[in-house]
Amino acid sequence: MSSLAEVTPNDSIDAAFDVHRIREDFPILRSTVRGKPLVYLDNAATTQKPRQVIDRIVRYYSEENSNVHRGVHFLSEVATNHYESARKTVQRFLNAASEREIVFVKGTTEAVNLVAATFGRANVGPGDEVLITAIEHHSNIVPWQMLCEEKGAKLRIAPANDLGEVDIEGYRELLNDRTKIASIIHISNALGTINPIKEMIMLAHDRGIPVMIDGAQGVPHGKVDVQDLDCDFYAFSGHKVYGPTGIGALYAKERFLEAMPPYQGGGDMILSVTYEKTSYNALPYKFEAGTPNIAGAIGLAAALDYVSAIGADTITAHENDLLVYGTDQLSAIDGLRIIGTSKNKASVISFVLDGAHPHDIGTIVDGEGVAIRTGHHCAQPLMLRFKVPATARASFAIYNTRAEVDALVASIAKVVEVFA
Amino acid sequence: MSDLRELYQQVILDHNKNPRNFKKLESANRTAEGYNPLCGDHYTFFVEMDGDTIRDLGFQGAGCAISKASASVMSSTLKGKTRDEAHALFDGFHKMIKGEVKPDEIENLGRLAAFSGVSEFPTRIKCASLAWHTMNSVLNEDASVVTTE
Repeated sequence: MSSLAEVTPNDSIDAAFDVHRIREDFPILRSTVRGKPLVYLDNAATTQKPRQVIDRIVRYYSEENSNVHRGVHFLSEVATNHYESARKTVQRFLNAASEREIVFVKGTTEAVNLVAATFGRANVGPGDEVLITAIEHHSNIVPWQMLCEEKGAKLRIAPANDLGEVDIEGYRELLNDRTKIASIIHISNALGTINPIKEMIMLAHDRGIPVMIDGAQGVPHGKVDVQDLDCDFYAFSGHKVYGPTGIGALYAKERFLEAMPPYQGGGDMILSVTYEKTSYNALPYKFEAGTPNIAGAIGLAAALDYVSAIGADTITAHENDLLVYGTDQLSAIDGLRIIGTSKNKASVISFVLDGAHPHDIGTIVDGEGVAIRTGHHCAQPLMLRFKVPATARASFAIYNTRAEVDALVASIAKVVEVFA
Repeated sequence: MSDLRELYQQVILDHNKNPRNFKKLESANRTAEGYNPLCGDHYTFFVEMDGDTIRDLGFQGAGCAISKASASVMSSTLKGKTRDEAHALFDGFHKMIKGEVKPDEIENLGRLAAFSGVSEFPTRIKCASLAWHTMNSVLNEDASVVTTE
């Protein structure tokens, strides 16, 4: 056993932060791929899971499994307590005013669909407008498109500049009396751009327009305080922040949740049911029909505890170091062009390489054990905006190292070798 | 790297860099679009059919090296072939990239054998087969957009 002091934190800019110790928490990072050590740089797609999360889920199923909010037996009470305590963890993590404002969902996609189907259906009518931006993920485009189609409303798109930043003046000009909601990505999964959401929320609120934030990439990369942001809705997915798949949360201001009709009908979301009339349960249960993903919620809470213990500022600093280093190293490769060059970026580097299609890049670097994403990143309109059919994307998490950036760069040299 | 060399054979790299018949064919009496939404590979094929015979073939579009080289090699291979001959080649090609043929059968496929390495890369099979699926729809006179998803 080496003591803490003997481990050189050579990858970190924060002396107290030891990336190698973090890596020990993630069992999968010890695996090899095609005979090479796994270099996992596809974190914007999903992150790996620390032992703390895996063990917590195993413990739930081994010792605590039961259905929640029903039954008077011991295990039901245990499961309910853990599930509701997970909700409190999410509330504290986002600094929401009340746990009544936290609805568990499958993930960001379901959260956007929930808001479009409830708030949207109740408030958007013919001739009205829904405002999104040119750097959205499909999950924050299609639900609104479906709503607009159904209601005869118009989907408006705030333009982006060549750096991959939303043009704030263009955004402001599109806010008008017909705009019923603005839904904005916090951090672009495809480019890494961090939107100035606080300013964008304020601009919309100046005209009385509510704002939803797609925080799928926001929560993993830094501090999110929904009260400080003053957003009306904020959604994120557990699996992108070291938690399990199939669980996420929607934050919504209580007055919106009170006014919104339910999303799905079923058990748990009701107070009483007769064939003539059903009265709905209190918040947030009105929006949680059926047996929820109990293990998922508990696993998510373990992930958020894990992240909180490291600290948002430490995570942001470490990932920013990898972003800056990676940007420098990749930019030095002949014929490589980074797509998305905003000054304000999270640890996502999207790039194209002369003479090699992203899909071929992905296959060749995979041969070196390096996992990156290639394709349109569920952002086809954005690819069109940058006139590329696809990009290759490396995205960094808390456990990545500069040595892994070097492995990526070396594997791209192999791509160049093949396609020279 | 050995598997990768097997995948990216010289024939494939050459056809990717200098695709044959990479043009809109004015004499075409059939066209079909092939699209792979996963990676954005997108090609249009122009075919001049003379009865049952493929008289001429051209294509345009963009995509990964495997998909483009496959379209290029296919376009040179199928020129002058009958519908039945083309179907037989498609069948053999498809089996090969799925790893369902023996080594001696691969030799019978001529230039198409360059794609035998694809069978080791299951995620790339649809790249190699996009052109062929699209051509198949032309031969079957099905005019809709073909996807390999």
